[in-house]
Amino acid sequence: MSLPQDSVPVELPNGPGAAAIFAAGIGSFALGMLAVLADHVAGFGRMMVFYRPTGPLSGVTACAVLVWLAVWAILDRSWRRRTVRARPLVTAAIVLLLLGLLLTFPPFGDLF
Amino acid sequence: MEITVRGLWTMIHGMGFGALYLMACSGALVELWRCYRPAGPGRESRTNDSFLRVYLVVMAALAWLAVLTGTYVVYPWYRAAPLPGIADLSSFPQRLLLSSPSTAGWHSIGMEWKEHVAWLVPISITMAASVFLRYGRSLGTHATLRNAVIGFVAVSFFAAGVAGFFGAMLNKNAPVRGGRTIHVMQRRHR
Repeated sequence: MSLPQDSVPVELPNGPGAAAIFAAGIGSFALGMLAVLADHVAGFGRMMVFYRPTGPLSGVTACAVLVWLAVWAILDRSWRRRTVRARPLVTAAIVLLLLGLLLTFPPFGDLF
Repeated sequence: MEITVRGLWTMIHGMGFGALYLMACSGALVELWRCYRPAGPGRESRTNDSFLRVYLVVMAALAWLAVLTGTYVVYPWYRAAPLPGIADLSSFPQRLLLSSPSTAGWHSIGMEWKEHVAWLVPISITMAASVFLRYGRSLGTHATLRNAVIGFVAVSFFAAGVAGFFGAMLNKNAPVRGGRTIHVMQRRHR
């Protein structure tokens, strides 16, 4: 017997979704944090020059993307078949995203 | 009608990938809301699912193309430093903006914010696309995940808007220009 078109055969665990969302929050925060560090710590800023014509922006963004993908890969592997307590993870992800957004705003980044 | 190679790339980056992303993002927010509202779509939902999957993947591609062309193609031209003794800064947008207190803020706040905040967009929308690819319409049964995905897409819309606004204003105050000139079209005068 075929299933109706709209049916969802199996309830998927929320682990993979929570992993993707939490990792995106971490990646966003890493971006903001690295941007502030590269701007305020001269030595760190020089270290972040991966591609000279683009300057420190190349290293800041490449490292943030690497952090995001690494965290995502690790969490996805651990939570692939698990149901996790999503609410605290998602709340943390949203807070990290907003902090990342705030840290990229130069007048806020200059406070540190 | 003429355009320089640098002007063309700036246009592809901003008006092509960036503006298209912004328009698509407003559509995605409406579609995600429509999909998961209490009295959501009925039997046509499988077609909607496939459409939204493709739509979000295309948005992610647009976001990556926008930040990669911005960071590695246009930005190096923007921040290029003139050789000592060069007084005409029109080909060096960053230096041109910083040369006057009335325009310096467009760089120190506008570009400094734009260059970083824009990278939140591909991170957010890639996450949203991957979650939707995995869960599809069953995301409706995971309310916490669904709300987070919509939240991230909304923040990506804001971030893309900031990047787009400052991109337009920067290009108005100190356009990126130079390189080979491309003749787009010519009309004979009688």
